[in-house]
Amino acid sequence: MDPDPKKSKVLTSNLPNSNGSSHPHSPFPDEVLEKVLSLIDSHKDRNSVSLVCKDWYNAERWTRSNLFIGNCYSVSPEIVARRFTKIKSVTLKGKPRFSDFNMLPRDWGANVHSWMVTFAKAYPFLEELRLKRMRVSDQSMELLAKSFPHFRALSLSSCDGFTDDGLKAITTHCGNLTELDIQDSVTADIGGGWLSCFPENFSSLEILNFSSLSSEVSFEALERLVSRCRSLRVLKVNDIITLDQLQRLLVHAPLLTELGTGSFLQELTPRQYEDIESAFGNCKNLRVLSGLWDATSFYIPVLYGACSGLTFLNMSDTVLQSGELAKLLAHCPNLRRLWVTDSVGDKGLEAVGSSCPLLEELRVFPADPYDLDHRHGVTELGFLAVSRGCRKLRYVLYFCRRMTNAAVVTIVQNCPDFTHFRLCIMNPRQPDYLTNEPMDEAFGAVAKTCTKLQRLSVSGLLTDTTFEYIGKYAKNLETLSVAFAGSSDRGMQCVLEGCPKLRKLEIRDCPFGNAALLSGLKKYEMMRSLWMSACNLTMKGCRLLAREMPRLNVEVIKDEGSDEIQADKVYVYRSVAGPRQDAPPIVLTL
Amino acid sequence: MEKNGLGSLETELRLGLPGGGGEVEIKNEKKRGFSDCYGGGENKNQVVGWPPVAAYRRKNVFNGGKMYVKVSMDGAPFLRKVDLSMHKGYSELVKALEELFGCYGIGEALKDEEDKCEYVPIYEDKDGDWMLLGDVPWQMFTESCKRLRIMKRADANGMGLHAKDLLKGLSKED
Repeated sequence: MDPDPKKSKVLTSNLPNSNGSSHPHSPFPDEVLEKVLSLIDSHKDRNSVSLVCKDWYNAERWTRSNLFIGNCYSVSPEIVARRFTKIKSVTLKGKPRFSDFNMLPRDWGANVHSWMVTFAKAYPFLEELRLKRMRVSDQSMELLAKSFPHFRALSLSSCDGFTDDGLKAITTHCGNLTELDIQDSVTADIGGGWLSCFPENFSSLEILNFSSLSSEVSFEALERLVSRCRSLRVLKVNDIITLDQLQRLLVHAPLLTELGTGSFLQELTPRQYEDIESAFGNCKNLRVLSGLWDATSFYIPVLYGACSGLTFLNMSDTVLQSGELAKLLAHCPNLRRLWVTDSVGDKGLEAVGSSCPLLEELRVFPADPYDLDHRHGVTELGFLAVSRGCRKLRYVLYFCRRMTNAAVVTIVQNCPDFTHFRLCIMNPRQPDYLTNEPMDEAFGAVAKTCTKLQRLSVSGLLTDTTFEYIGKYAKNLETLSVAFAGSSDRGMQCVLEGCPKLRKLEIRDCPFGNAALLSGLKKYEMMRSLWMSACNLTMKGCRLLAREMPRLNVEVIKDEGSDEIQADKVYVYRSVAGPRQDAPPIVLTL
Repeated sequence: MEKNGLGSLETELRLGLPGGGGEVEIKNEKKRGFSDCYGGGENKNQVVGWPPVAAYRRKNVFNGGKMYVKVSMDGAPFLRKVDLSMHKGYSELVKALEELFGCYGIGEALKDEEDKCEYVPIYEDKDGDWMLLGDVPWQMFTESCKRLRIMKRADANGMGLHAKDLLKGLSKED
């Protein structure tokens, strides 16, 4: 291969459109370059490619078909449409993650409509749209349904703003639809008529997920739909669907690879029980199982026949006891991912440790987050037990009410390959319950031992020492979530100075002030975003940041009853589109 | 004040709901839901959004998050669902039910002494018993209600329920 392109890359890297104009010794014609580049899928690689020289920039933009925009406000629809001309698939994310915890006003923004309008004009061949934490109105859905004749896949994760009417437009008009995946919806009961609007000859559906919509759909329409969509492999229904209805669906679709059941609580006759048991037994391809609302020890055994191939079991919508979990896990030897609620207790987690040697991911959610009696849930013992038996663990989300430094040190020694470590000790600022010391050593051990760590959430009583450790050791860290922690500005400074790959930093209720905020001036342009709420920031500090860094958007939301000086909620993100025009009055753009 | 899973007034650090900032979807009211139910609306110690359990993460048992229960109405073809955590008391709930089914009599029954309304709202509690709406304090109701039914008064009378009882229960709510 001609070495010249590499040379020009060294000279012109990080300088898009600089003297990297048409290379005089262009080693191959555009078509070849484009052909080669069209084989590159990773958007990170593509972004790197586009920086080599102008030829490569153009070849890349003409061949990109998948668009990933991690923050919808970092760029405008117009800029995107000008640069990329052949987009078939778009992933767009909107609100900051803390909106999941109701920390943003309802009309904060991230409305997809302006994007939809632009896409309708620029990308008539659009096939896929994946949205996360965006507001999607019925109007947008109608525009979608009418504008893209080749449209195949719609995925909405934590989105709101739409009703039955919007979904009806999709199901009525998108004749080639293969995927309709609605996850973690926060809408109220929007109505279930949309399911009945799939035309009678429509049969292309492969993925259908409406588990988080609380509306009643017509079971007859659903049954007909499932029976004629022979390629259906993912079906996740909501809890309106009963067990015996589920049985009828399974009879039509035994080849499902992913199933989200409906309600698991129903009085069944012995015959019905046998039928559902045998229906599950026929599901030989099942890899993912979820739903299971109200499942009890009497009904869980009907699942056993479908569990041998399961790799992901999501029991986080069920309040399961330890014994029930243990018996179920005995049938799931191939489990890689497990989500449960803490009702299973440490005892249940012991069963996880002994039954799931291949486990890579564990999430333990609190069944009752406000149980102040501390009588229920899991402790450091359960986590330890899992770490002893599941050495391949790399992703953990663990809500607990007590923890010790020693336990965490042991846990990461057992499982050094963590890439995602999210520990939530639910009482803010709680120390090591045995020694009464801060939990600094625990997270220090995580940072030091888990060299591949990409995501970390810390909790408990933490001093600046924790952040010194993180800054010193967590060289691959990309996402950090901090709450009720730290002693001074120094904590945040250590992280900003020390973590080269940091992209998302979200902080709440920490004693970090303007000095800490401003120490990251240069860094924020290399990050996707920074969130700070209930810290010690002032309007003055935020204005200074905004003035010094014009390519950052600095948005402040003031709480009710707050004085003129405090900046209660601050959201900082890089953008080439300038300040956004759609911010509601409560969001101040500095 | 009775101790319950949502926290008592005696504790210093109040743990609010993820929804403590308000289910602002409806009527732009802030700090609705349980924070107000427990008179904690004015307490600045309430911690919004903590523990960080996402609002969409519905749970079966009452946990301070969304509390959807099914509602059936005699004569209506479809079930609906209401989120009990979005309402502060019985009168709000009844109003929501009226809007959901387009039946504007349910509330009347709870106001008048006479049996004017054609319908009576009842609910099934944790023990599987059918109870008249309004008998117990609101928070106890939300903890124990598994589903609602708007029953025809004609059927209700046969079970010996009276408007007087409805009124009595309702006066307990503030």
